[in-house]
Amino acid sequence: MIRAVIVMNDQGKPRLLKFYHYQPVEKQHEIIRTIYGVLCSRADNVSNFVNAESIFGPDARLVYKTFATLYFVFVFDASENELAILDLMQVFVETLDKCFSNVCELDIVFNFNKVHTILDEIIVGGQVLETSSSEVVKAVDEISRLEKASNSIMRVPKSISAWQGR
Amino acid sequence: MGSQGGFGQSKEFLDLIKSIGEARSKAEEDRIVLHEIETLKRRIIEPDIPKRKMKEYIIRLVYIEMLGHDAAFGYIHAVKMTHDDSLLLKRTGYLAVTLFLNEDHDLIILIVNTIQKDLKSDNFLVVCAALNAVCRLINEETIPAVLPQVVELLGHSKEAVRKKAVMALHRFYQRSPSSVSHLVSNFRKRLCDNDPGVMGATLCPLFDLVSVDVSSYKDLVVSFVSILKQVAERRLPKAYDYHQMPAPFIQIKLLKILALLGNGDKQASGQMYTVVGDIMRKADTTSNIGNAILYECICCVSSIFPNTKLLEAAADAISKFLKSDSHNLKYMGIDALGRLIKISPDIAEQHQLAVIDCLEDPDDTLKRKTFELLYKMTKSSNVEVIVDRMIEYMININDNHYKTDIASRCVELAEQFAPSNHWFIQTMNKVFEHAGDLVNIKVAHNLMRLIAEGFGEDDDTADSQLRSSAVDSYLRIIGEPKLPSAFLQVICWVLGEYGTADGKYSASYITGKLCDVAEAHSTDDTVKAYAVTALMKIYSLEIAAGRQVDMLPECQSLIEDLCASSSTDLQQRAYELQAIIRLDAQALENILPLDASCEDIEVDKGLSFLNSYVQQSLENGAQPYIPESARSGVLNMSNLRSHDQQETSGHALRFEAYELPKPTMPTSRPATIMPSTELVPVPEPSYTREIHQTPAVPSISHSGSAELKLRLDGVQKKWGKPTYSSPVQSTSNSDFQKTVNGAAQPDATGSTKQKARDVSHDIKKQEVEIPSEKQRLAASLFGGVSRSEKRQTAAGNRGAPKANSGATESPHMTKVATSSEPSTVKTAPVQPPPDLLDFGESTATSDAPSTDPFKQLEGLVDVTQDGSAANSGSVATKASDFMSLYSERPGNVPSNLIDPSIDVNMSSGLLNASNNFDHGAGVVAQSPQSANKGPNLKDALQKDALVRQMGVTPTNQNPNLFRDLLG
Repeated sequence: MIRAVIVMNDQGKPRLLKFYHYQPVEKQHEIIRTIYGVLCSRADNVSNFVNAESIFGPDARLVYKTFATLYFVFVFDASENELAILDLMQVFVETLDKCFSNVCELDIVFNFNKVHTILDEIIVGGQVLETSSSEVVKAVDEISRLEKASNSIMRVPKSISAWQGR
Repeated sequence: MGSQGGFGQSKEFLDLIKSIGEARSKAEEDRIVLHEIETLKRRIIEPDIPKRKMKEYIIRLVYIEMLGHDAAFGYIHAVKMTHDDSLLLKRTGYLAVTLFLNEDHDLIILIVNTIQKDLKSDNFLVVCAALNAVCRLINEETIPAVLPQVVELLGHSKEAVRKKAVMALHRFYQRSPSSVSHLVSNFRKRLCDNDPGVMGATLCPLFDLVSVDVSSYKDLVVSFVSILKQVAERRLPKAYDYHQMPAPFIQIKLLKILALLGNGDKQASGQMYTVVGDIMRKADTTSNIGNAILYECICCVSSIFPNTKLLEAAADAISKFLKSDSHNLKYMGIDALGRLIKISPDIAEQHQLAVIDCLEDPDDTLKRKTFELLYKMTKSSNVEVIVDRMIEYMININDNHYKTDIASRCVELAEQFAPSNHWFIQTMNKVFEHAGDLVNIKVAHNLMRLIAEGFGEDDDTADSQLRSSAVDSYLRIIGEPKLPSAFLQVICWVLGEYGTADGKYSASYITGKLCDVAEAHSTDDTVKAYAVTALMKIYSLEIAAGRQVDMLPECQSLIEDLCASSSTDLQQRAYELQAIIRLDAQALENILPLDASCEDIEVDKGLSFLNSYVQQSLENGAQPYIPESARSGVLNMSNLRSHDQQETSGHALRFEAYELPKPTMPTSRPATIMPSTELVPVPEPSYTREIHQTPAVPSISHSGSAELKLRLDGVQKKWGKPTYSSPVQSTSNSDFQKTVNGAAQPDATGSTKQKARDVSHDIKKQEVEIPSEKQRLAASLFGGVSRSEKRQTAAGNRGAPKANSGATESPHMTKVATSSEPSTVKTAPVQPPPDLLDFGESTATSDAPSTDPFKQLEGLVDVTQDGSAANSGSVATKASDFMSLYSERPGNVPSNLIDPSIDVNMSSGLLNASNNFDHGAGVVAQSPQSANKGPNLKDALQKDALVRQMGVTPTNQNPNLFRDLLG
């Protein structure tokens, strides 16, 4: 099963944390620091895999990939396939891209609740639930549509340009 | 930004993120966050907060916690939010609680009711949100509360709900298999779901179930095979295609399940051959996901009942992986090789150069994987090279976890395959020197035991040789600073036991060294204890041998110091020493006999020698002894206590009726006084003195010997000359070696190799001729490339039948076979080497006359070069293919290259990544794919431009994210 999904930027600042086994806050932070240390020390043209046994216990593997300024990190055990996880990551990012139409780090920072929604459509309880990015987009769109409909008190969010104009 | 990407958050939140982004130091960031926590604490308890505001506070709490600060004060508000009617708020609430709480948190009980209600909701999104929370928050105790609803949802009309219900049920199964054991049939039913998503989700629980209990799912083999066939034939909706592969993730999961089901089952495997073969044939090796499937096929092939054709295909695929430029693929190739090697061991030699390359690769992950492979293929002929390599690597890394790991592997291999006593001792010294504090202390005890017990039952000279070589090397090493404690313990023990045994060193020399150790490590009580006991042994051996003993002055002062030590253990030992050396030779011979650390000690647990005394006392009118458990008062007490414990453990909430109380068991008490099994034995009270023939000193090897035994039995017998008679497994290895390498090329192979290696090490320092060095390494690892050409055909022929016979039992069997099995070999020692991993110079060199070993080596190297030349030739042609394709690439592809400015725009990176796996094979893929993705790429470029217009192009220095944005 998948044990954790972590998105952090190239400064080691977490942007999304999802642990499928509960970890206390301090432990989460320690894990991030360790992983960041490992990732930083890796050269450019090496494999995307890291043995994570010292961080997550026996049989844990870690796959990471950099997209622009972000590290995407998946931690999982022997029941998954490293190369496939690399592509699952791809599905995740493709979905993010479709949902935010051209995703960047800022989108993830400000809408991490939505990112969580997307991730929850792909992975549930540490198992890969859905691997078709268009299916995920459909589900997420429906959620946001209904959320808006069900919530008339919510004002339409101010657009960034309006806010910037002040 | 894009339509949905608008940052629908308030200015405060934006400000917070911005200021954190701009913080220059961790301290500054912490200050900002703490300030934010204060603000939130104040605000969140204000009355009548608008819901919208509240939602934002919760989001901010999540953000704060993500940054590593405690937001516990807000948990209750998140819980409250889950009760809200509005979908948005409810979902936010659920999100927050799933991130905040663990399944045993006290607040969970407040959510269970909401979850129950939401699971029954008409709105399927509410149900989905609740199911998500169920997966995360429901623990063993609360499962019964939601189980009925979840099961009901398995038949929901929306596939999204069915999917999640399957997952929730799976989660319950993981948490507590017994709670849902009666519902397992539901998974089978969902396998036939119309929606491929649901079917795919069902594969996850089925995989878990199958891996626990294979036999009860054999009937599903046909279904799985037919599903896989349909998937591979593109019968699923187009939406499940990924990079032109039909539903690759489902294929992978199915292959994993089939690998489990076909393991050691000829009939089941027979049904899979066709489909697996088809998939392997059709696999698209140019895309990442295609290779993922191919890898999974190899895993499957190496797990199921062997099939010659498939094994050949797998071997081909592996060689493609290993030849690839991508580290990812090399990694997978090494991993796959490690799997396949168990079935067809010959395959490794074809790839020896590639393996060596991986071993020398700068990528740590790859290196470690390669060591894992080498570990699997170690045998007595290559153990020296492999262990040397491992130790060399071990010395150079800082990762303690891995260091421990590799150290224990070295020890294991050395114990199993050591070619000579001398080498064994040297290797152990190196391991202990560099990782002594990391290895399990049992390894040290094991080593002492090995030295004490020796290797052959009859061969005393070999044993004493081993001991004196150990003593020699320890005396040489003992002066070095910073030796790990465990190593020093071994040294002290061995010196005490055998330091003066062969008469080479005088007692005063050894005792002087021991005193030095005790002084140099004055803070380490354990080492001091070992040293003192060693001193005691040496003195008493001297006295027992009738020699005059003069205690060295430094030794005397040491003992006097220790008599006043704060450690009672040390005090005891010091006093014991003083007492013992005053005894006469006769007594000492009984107390501390020479080399008796491994003799069994008879312990009279019943204390029968006291019977007459007891009898006498009883006759004199004493009360008979009543065992503790038989005393009525105590019985009640223990009853009461166990009752109490039950009460406390059952304190949590219950959802079903109370069960009947179980009858309580009286707790049994440990019988009589047991001999101490402490590492540093606690001194026994004096009346048990008789029990101990030898004093309770660090002859740890007997105490707790049961656990320490490990794999010793096989080990010692593995070693040395084949002369001594011992059980089957021990001789077979060496016997067999002899017959194979034969009289024609006697032990020369071993020694020449060793020499060659030594020489080559020297050469390495002088000249930098890496390739030949590499080939020599290959030769010593794999037994020479020379035969790889010759034997390739033979290997193919021989590989198949052997594999067939080998795998009938189980895959593990083959692994065992490499180390101990070959009883078959023994019965017919003349037949070609069925020792699975041996590609030593068997047939090719066996009839060669025993010429100068160096000449042979030369020949070997020559052929190696030939072989590699051929190899590189093929690579070169391939490479030129790549180049030609590369030049054909459409010009618009390298969008990234045009604009080297840092792309925050992830999509360009993304598209780039999806097309391009930064390795050679990927380039081939690019030309067809980039054509398909044309419009997309254009889109991306446009978007890129748009974003840049917006000015959101922060530099790599991320803290200034907003500089451009805010102008």
